[in-house]
Amino acid sequence: MKKFLMVFIFLTVLVSVSRAEELNVQVRTGKLRSRPSFLGKIVATVSYGDAVTVLQEQNEWVEVRRPEGKKGWIHISALTDDEIELSSGDSNAETAASSDELALAGKGFNSDVEAEFKTRNEDIDFTWVDWMEKIIISPEQMEGFLKMGKVNPPRGGGI
Amino acid sequence: MRRWTRSRWLPVVGVLLVASCATLISLSGCKTIESLGEVGGAVGQATGVMTEEQAKSLGRASKAVAKTFADITPEQEYYIGRAVAATVLKTYKPYQNKKATRYLNLVGQTLAAASDKPETYGGYHFMIMDSDEINAFSAPGGLVFVSRGMLRLCENEDDLAAVLAHEIGHVQHQDGLKAIKSSRLTSALTILAAEGAKSFGGEELAELTDAFEGSIGDITSTMMNSGYARSAERAADESAIVIVKRVGYDPNGLVEMLKEMKKQLKPGGADFAKTHPDPDDRIKDIENIMGRYSAVSVPPVRQKRFERNLKKILITE
Repeated sequence: MKKFLMVFIFLTVLVSVSRAEELNVQVRTGKLRSRPSFLGKIVATVSYGDAVTVLQEQNEWVEVRRPEGKKGWIHISALTDDEIELSSGDSNAETAASSDELALAGKGFNSDVEAEFKTRNEDIDFTWVDWMEKIIISPEQMEGFLKMGKVNPPRGGGI
Repeated sequence: MRRWTRSRWLPVVGVLLVASCATLISLSGCKTIESLGEVGGAVGQATGVMTEEQAKSLGRASKAVAKTFADITPEQEYYIGRAVAATVLKTYKPYQNKKATRYLNLVGQTLAAASDKPETYGGYHFMIMDSDEINAFSAPGGLVFVSRGMLRLCENEDDLAAVLAHEIGHVQHQDGLKAIKSSRLTSALTILAAEGAKSFGGEELAELTDAFEGSIGDITSTMMNSGYARSAERAADESAIVIVKRVGYDPNGLVEMLKEMKKQLKPGGADFAKTHPDPDDRIKDIENIMGRYSAVSVPPVRQKRFERNLKKILITE
């Protein structure tokens, strides 16, 4: 029993020490904003698989720092504490994970599966899906659009 | 910070369980909580508490039951969404009007940015379906489709915002992914777990694509034929109210649009009449949340741009 307790304490300490306040970006492009709001100006972007350091939290928003020092607020939906395995073509592929759970992160339904799906279903056309994905409205355009239509977010757009 | 709080503590709890199992394993062959077993297995094995075989068996036990839609990463959700969207567009042709589509995206993407899930892997994008049916679909990850017939129900931008926010609500709650039969995910993830290399071979790819095709079929048939559960529709309406309010639109737009829908829906129709609860029931639920309906009043400048941008759609041919 004593031995069990010692193992348990050792492992708990080990896990606590290794738990850094670092999270990974789980979307293709994440936006770092000047303030914790959907109308906050974009000060920098982060890419899929990037690691960021958590500085503080406010509701659904997190202030993070990129490795080279740039800071900004990002919505939690863009972040995960799972490690991200990048496909072999990505620049940070060497950071690929090792355990079962991590290995699942970058695999599964991906571009290879989509390509196979397209081969099997020639009648399903992705042209318009690719087209619609290119329509991107910037935060500045959103702000201008709201202002011109006299749509006034309560409390300056904070959530 | 609720998104990662749970899994942040998983290793700790996992270690606890593995440590207990390690002590008891020789006596009884410990069975642990499956969802934690995978993590615990990896940690236990790495630290030498369990043998490789024990860790593997613990991992296998968890995999059999622990896989649900929640294990789908945003990147996988994106590929599922693309294929669902392409499948929707097999039935419904896009309405090719750049002005109207851009306007729809200005309203829609602004609403999505204010939702509880503003960041998805590929972002939110909106398209008009060239159909007189009263219909709207949202594919996982944020690809949203609205028919011309649905847009005609809207009398102003606030009504339109309500329609789009309801669809964003479905994306936010991952209702599409929830429609995937769990057996498909179990089989897909078993293939992945069994295969350690970085890229999979032809056989695994074929099996994975089977699971992918099945998943797309589950989602599109739920979305287009049977509809989501009444509770999912209620939750999407609730989120729609929150989202439009955050942006500054009048949530009464949702009731206004539903009242119009009630007038226009044909019983037995293949559109919202088939896949959604009766508009009157939805209105009742909504009024319980936000109080009695009062008519939406829109500044002239907002009304003008709504009519200007959707001019060709609003005029019934």
